[in-house]
Amino acid sequence: MATQATFRIWRGDPSGGKFQDFVTPVDEGMVVLDAVHRVQAEQAPDLAVRWNCKAGKCGSCSAEINGMPKLMCMTRLSNLNLEMPVIIEPMHAFPVIRDLVTDVSWNFEVKKTIRKFKPRSPDAPDGAWRMQQADVERVQEFRKCIECFLCQDVCHVLRDHHKQDEFIGPRYLVYAAALEMHPLDTEDRVSDLKKKHNIGYCNITTCCRQVCPESITITENAIIPLKERVVDRFFDPLKQLFNII
Amino acid sequence: MAAPDVVWKGGRFGSTSRPDRWWISPSLVFLGFGAFIVYATWAAFQNGYYTYGPYISPFYSPEIFGSSPHALLGGKPHWFPSFLPFSPALFILWIPGGFRLTCYYYRGAYYKAFWADPPACAVGEPRKVYLGERSFPLILQNFHRNFLRLSYLVWAFLVYDAVRAFFFPDGFGIGVGTIVLVINVVLLAGYIFGCHAFRHLVGGSLRQISDYPARQKLYECVSCLNGQHKKWAWASLFWVGFSDIYVRLCSMGIWHDWRLL
Ligand code: SF4
Ligand code: SF4
Ligand code: FES
Ligand code: FES
Repeated sequence: MATQATFRIWRGDPSGGKFQDFVTPVDEGMVVLDAVHRVQAEQAPDLAVRWNCKAGKCGSCSAEINGMPKLMCMTRLSNLNLEMPVIIEPMHAFPVIRDLVTDVSWNFEVKKTIRKFKPRSPDAPDGAWRMQQADVERVQEFRKCIECFLCQDVCHVLRDHHKQDEFIGPRYLVYAAALEMHPLDTEDRVSDLKKKHNIGYCNITTCCRQVCPESITITENAIIPLKERVVDRFFDPLKQLFNII
Repeated sequence: MAAPDVVWKGGRFGSTSRPDRWWISPSLVFLGFGAFIVYATWAAFQNGYYTYGPYISPFYSPEIFGSSPHALLGGKPHWFPSFLPFSPALFILWIPGGFRLTCYYYRGAYYKAFWADPPACAVGEPRKVYLGERSFPLILQNFHRNFLRLSYLVWAFLVYDAVRAFFFPDGFGIGVGTIVLVINVVLLAGYIFGCHAFRHLVGGSLRQISDYPARQKLYECVSCLNGQHKKWAWASLFWVGFSDIYVRLCSMGIWHDWRLL
């Protein structure tokens, strides 16, 4: 492994910015976040970077490494070509606060627009519900989400077409799927998904699934099944009339 | 929800910080899918060399009207407009064509490869306007499951053809062509029955699938195929094209169909 590497880090604020190169020693086992911390400690004490867990679980250190949305703490230097500068940028789909730190609060506002979990009445007099593992399995995959918003960042509907005011993005389609597929839930989100959250903007590029650090099968297990629910409701008179497959 | 103001607003076509060769995958899809469309269109208009012995090309089956012994309803119908080119494939090929065109996997792949929307993940796009699948024309993709329903039927005919491919004029036998047609229906089954719409219809739509044990089992099988849908899609696309080439070249006398039994 190389003993030093160049990190080309974007520095700036909401008005714009530029790349700055930092050459720093690298050691076996380091991840990108370690290198950024070394740069911060030794060369640029004012470099802004957000992180918390360093274990891929808090979703704070989201950035773009060599052009792809990734967690800095989970990207090993040994998996990068250190012969070339490693490019580190903040997420493009969100407003920059400073350097590598973005303001992701739009996501939390979007979350509020999704109808809440509405469980059926309890199955037992003591207020307990009974669920089969087979019925919650699908939802458990979605519960792994750490809200890193890398999927939102890569989604071209948000990233290139800036449809944040119309489209909720893959993270919240996963969230809606977790509620829609929940065996206890009785709420209906299908009309919202079509009309208010505009699931039709998704053109199944699978980019969200490819960047998800939790390996959630976003496109195939969450978005497409929701699109199929929209088809059930709005585009399939045959199923409504005859209940055929 | 109002869109937040971001620094990266005016992305240009192809702009990206990705140093990898991101254009390889969409280029391969473009070449693979493009080559198939060109060949299938050419083959569909040939109206000849589509049967050989007990074999019929999957592009021409079911042969509703046509001049081969496989035809179900006889020859070219008298009402068929004389100014249009006639071929039995034209009556049927729109079903598998529409099925693949509206398939979720192919959609994601050809939007990238043929329409650069986006060219690849995190790579800038050529157009500013974006409608997606929520308005005409792409809203029609929502009719995919109707092509699926028609595809069950077409597949059943291809199974019948594969069975017939064991029966030669001199009795039961197995030729290389028999094996080609059997592999074809197996690969098509993997593709059709791993369809996302099928997965939804057999059980995905249920909130509590454990109430329906048979459907639960089916859903698990379909999910298993569905996990490899992309591979089934390409394998079956390649093989259905190859099956047509095989029958065509045997029928033209260029290839010899070896009898194994
Ligand atoms: S699959 Fe849909 S939601 Fe996911 S990145 Fe692509 S367009 Fe966005
Ligand atoms: S779905 Fe995956 S990529 Fe998206 S926010 Fe959750 S963990 Fe991150
Ligand atoms: S620091 Fe928590 S996910 Fe990277
Ligand atoms: S999704 Fe690919 S065939 Fe239906």
